[in-house]
Parts: sequence; C-alpha cells; structure tokens
Amino acid sequence: MIPMSNTILDVKNLRTTFYTHMGEVQAVRGISFEVNQGDVLGIVGESGSGKSVTAMSIMGLVDEPGRVSGGSILFMGQELTKLSDAEMNEYRGKEISMIFQDPMTSLNPVYTIGNQLIEVIRRHTDLDKDQAHARAIELLQMVGIPEPEIRIKNYPHQFSGGMRQRAMIAMAISCSPKILIADEPTTALDVTIQAQILDLMVRLKNQLHSSIILITHDLGVVSEVCNKVNVMYGGMLMEKASVFELFDSPQHPYTLGLLKSIPRDVTGERKRLVPIEGTPPDLLKPPSGCPFSPRCPYAMGICVREAAPLYTLSDTHSASCWLHHKGAPVVEGFVQVEEESVHE
Amino acid sequence: MSDEKRTPLLSVRNLTKYFHTSTPTGPGIIAAVDGIDFDIYKGETFGLVGESGCGKTTTGRTIARLYTPTDGSILFDGVDLATLSQRELRPFRKRIQMIFQDPYASLNTRMTITDIVAEGMKVHNIASGDEMQERVYQMLERVGLKREHASRYPHEFSGGQRQRIGIARSLAVDPEMIICDEPISALDVSIQAQVVNMLEDLQKEYGLTYLFIAHDLSMVRHISDRIGVMYLGKMAEIAGSDELYMNPLHPYTKSLLSSIPIANPHKKVSDTRIMLKGDIGSPINPKPGCRFAPRCRYVQERCGFETPLLREIRPDHFCACHFCETIKD
Repeated sequence: MIPMSNTILDVKNLRTTFYTHMGEVQAVRGISFEVNQGDVLGIVGESGSGKSVTAMSIMGLVDEPGRVSGGSILFMGQELTKLSDAEMNEYRGKEISMIFQDPMTSLNPVYTIGNQLIEVIRRHTDLDKDQAHARAIELLQMVGIPEPEIRIKNYPHQFSGGMRQRAMIAMAISCSPKILIADEPTTALDVTIQAQILDLMVRLKNQLHSSIILITHDLGVVSEVCNKVNVMYGGMLMEKASVFELFDSPQHPYTLGLLKSIPRDVTGERKRLVPIEGTPPDLLKPPSGCPFSPRCPYAMGICVREAAPLYTLSDTHSASCWLHHKGAPVVEGFVQVEEESVHE
Repeated sequence: MSDEKRTPLLSVRNLTKYFHTSTPTGPGIIAAVDGIDFDIYKGETFGLVGESGCGKTTTGRTIARLYTPTDGSILFDGVDLATLSQRELRPFRKRIQMIFQDPYASLNTRMTITDIVAEGMKVHNIASGDEMQERVYQMLERVGLKREHASRYPHEFSGGQRQRIGIARSLAVDPEMIICDEPISALDVSIQAQVVNMLEDLQKEYGLTYLFIAHDLSMVRHISDRIGVMYLGKMAEIAGSDELYMNPLHPYTKSLLSSIPIANPHKKVSDTRIMLKGDIGSPINPKPGCRFAPRCRYVQERCGFETPLLREIRPDHFCACHFCETIKD
C-alpha cells in the first residue's frame, strides 16, 4: 500500500450540482479518488461526463447556479470545500493551479504576458517588482519560450497557440504548485505542438515534484503521459485503474467500448471500428441506475434499477459494474470478485 | 481494387489560392494553397491531413468552388471547374457535395430538418411534393434517424445527430463526390466511430468518392485509401495510407506521424518521437525554398532557395523533399 503521507489530494464522494431553472443538473454524482505525489492522473470522459466540473470543484471555481453539494476534498489534510473564497485564494494558483483548453480566452488580451505573469508571482510571494520580473523571465525560459527578455513585453496575440499555452503553464507553475490541473490543455493545438506541450508538462512536474490531473477525451494522450486513469460517464466514476490495467484489461463496458471505437494501432491491420450505439445521457433526466446502462450491450435488470458499487479488482484497479458481482453472468474478459469496496 | 479505381475522378493541377491581407509593412498575400497537384480516383477515399493553417480546408473549399482559385485547374470528370461561371457550375454543385466540421454552425437553426434536407433537391429539381418528402424520410432513415425527426429543428438534436442530418442533406442530391471537412472532429469519441462507419457504408452503397480532410491522423489512416500531407500551402507527400504510415519519406511526415499519441501504454511514442522545434510558420508572403526548412533537422543550403517539387520516389509514392532518398532515420 502507498503510505498516506504520499496522498496530496483525497476526494471523497464529491457531488456538484447546478440548480438551473430547468431543474437540478447533477454534474458530478458522488466520485472518490486520490492523487499521490508524482501522479499524472488522467480523467477521461466525453462532453457532459463531469470531468471539467470535477476540476472546477477542486479549484473552488464552480459558479452560480452550481455548487459542491456533498462530499469532501482534502488537500494535504485541509478540507477545501469548507473554505471561504478569500481562504481558497491562498491555495488557488499557489498550491493548486490550472491551465485551460483555450489559452487565448484565459489570457487577458490587453495586458502583456509579463504583466500577467508578474501579477501572479507578486500575488503569492514576497518578491518585489524587479525580482518578480526576473522570475517571470526565468519561468518563460523554463517553458521554452525563446528570447524571454523580449517576449515578456509581448501581448497574447503576438504569441502562437503553442506559445500561449506555454505562457499559461509558466503562470501555473510560478509558485511551484503541488497539483497542476490541466483541462484539455492540448485539444486546441496541432499534434506536433501537442507533443511539445505534453513533454514540457511532464518534465516540469518531475522538476517541481508536483502532480498533474490531466482532463482529456483523448485516450492516446492518456496512454502517453498518465500513470493512472479515472473514466467518467454521466457524472459518475466508471473505472479507476493504472494506465496499463486500463488499456490491457478494461473492466467496464464503457471503457471497453471507448477502446474499440478508436483506431488503436496505426501500423497494424485496419479493422472496422465498433461504435458505442446511442447517445450520452441528458443530465437533467439522468437514467436511473448505471448511467451507461441504456447504451450498454451487457445491461441487466439490476443495472437500470441501481448503480453498481465500486468493485475492487486490485490495489489500483476498481470498476463500477454489476458484471463483477459473483452472481452476474460470466462475460469474457471481466473479472468477478467476492467483495465490493466501501461505497458511500 | 478494380481497374475502374484508376480513373481519376478529380485531377487537381497547380491549384493555388491566395488571399489578400495587410501586414505592418504593407499589403501582403496569404498563400493558403500554393500550387498543389493530386488525383482522386473514383470510389476511393483521399485523406488530406496537416496542421492548422496548412491549407487543407482551403483546398476542399476551392475544389467545391466556394472559392475561386487564383491559379491552376480542377478537372472533375474531364471538365475544368476552375474557370466555370456560377451558372455553368450548377450541375457540378449537385455532383460534388460537402459535409462541414461544425454541426452546430452548418445547419440553419430556423429551418426544419425537412427544409434542410430538401433544399438541395429543390434547387436541382430532383424531386418535389410528396416524392420529395418521401425521399427526405428515406435519407433520414438511411443515416440512422427517424421519420418523425423530419419536422423538428436543429436545436433538438445532439452533435452526432446533426452531423447525420448534414450527411443526409448532401446525400439527397445523389452526389458522386463528397468533400468531408473534419466531419468528426467536433464529436465525442464514442460518436465518431458511428459516423465513420456510416460514411464507409454509404461509400460502398452509393459508390461515393471522398475527399476526407482531417487532423486526426489515426482516424484518417483508418478511413483513407491514399493520403496527402500538406504543410503551409504545399503538398509534402502523397502515398497509399499504409505505405505512408509504414514508410514516410518527408521529414515533416515522419515527425508528424511520430507525434500521434497511440492508445497503447506499452508503445509510448515519446521514446521514438521526432520532436519538431518551433511552430508552423506564417503563410503570409512566403519566401522561396522549402516551407518546412526552418523546422527541418535535415535542412541544407539548397532548401533555403529552391522549392522542392513533388516527385514520384516509389510507385504511387510522391514526396517533395530534395533529400528524401538519402535521409536515414
């Protein structure tokens, strides 16, 4: 077992709900996971799966009409869900920072890159103006921006997409955060630039001894950089696994479906893709029971009535699917276990 | 494949599309597409890949004559579309259809699905009245939607369903060729495979020819018979899709392919990746020489002043690099 002191973030039974005029949207419905030091945790899911809302909940950035409606988020022993906005500001951007999909909309177009970087540095440290300026140049250098002394005076529009994302990363790591949350950081970028950015993120993580939560829909990116993966669907966790367990022996029909629906080996023989039929659930009217049951080829009666508990399959692998129940019909590739894990 | 496949349905020669722009130093020219050649054979899928700004979308739109080319010819079934007037183009607009990337922007929100799917049939006098309505139902059912969807509006559908509506619209006029401009990039992973499989089935059923424009290289390889790789307005390489992925010749193709993250943690590409330095350059006022030269690790003096031509290096494998025969990995 991993010693507890290693755990940086401990999310327990997190629920985040948006109280809209159309009704309650339960974007995240009771998920639990841990991030240990050095982890690159991938959170995989489709639009509406709750992966971004999970990130926003950790950052304390869920806006009206939404709020964290249950569960706890322990960051190095500190409960984040109970903090006021002012108290949360001491963590946000310093201990936990975030980069977003579209660097153009997360940078302010009327301030220079240097201004924005210096603002973050001075907000969280005691450095004076000159020291902060020097630190900003150092950070731009760290993220691989050429001629940082000149580039620091540029405005965001003078940067290319890849350079903007580098600048965002510079901002995010300026206070050596314990956790960097990256929400689809490379989705807007070209594949050669994506490779550069992912490489940079992992390198900086090792250099700063921090951890990464990488939110993505791209299973290729996950297999490339993550050591463990959470698969989300309809606001719930379907499967948690180490990256090898997930790709070698997926234990949830949704994960299996995702892996079959993408061309997996670019050099191998071309097989017809096997799509997941149907469409993702409407979270205003989530299906009862397992959210994936309406699309699941193995769905049983109980799946529609009740969501499955999280079955522990190994120290690092668990899946929420009734097929793991010892009384379920045997499906090839799926393991059955005696005990289910504690699941609030 | 049959011999019929070797008849080019579309022959693009020296296709060029410039846009005018202004730069801090005066007027400039964006060489979005700068003299490219390729053929698309009847019944095949030709994939066009490249990074943003490489000109792949402009190429598709120019072939569909949504843009008037600056230079070059677009021979479709023997007729040069590049010089035709709008009136003369009409019959070809029926024969060449387009599917767009954004299923939200490409359907008129104020038209019902029937209106959207039937519009082309009306314009081209293919059907009217009950016959037209019946054909709309047929098309919707063919793309996996239901009859009762016909009277609804686009906002009632998900992204994947809207893309199906877009496909039904293009099929309704019985086209020979469909230009698919990133048709799946806006869709969720689980939905992408649904649409890709449907496009493959429709191709077999109606003998369609596809120009498939995309940046998802693993999906392009899956769907395409042959692939063209573009870089900054130029064609870098053309080859059969298996040949291209197994034996890429152009340094750009090599690094592009080595950058695709593969969904297999045992085969991390970071071990073998050829990391490209810097960003894609600017297509404004391009200088002579190879466009890829500033990022190429094999660059030599000649690359700086002499633009490489697309040459047939192996049978059916074309590459625009002065040194591709001598480059060793």
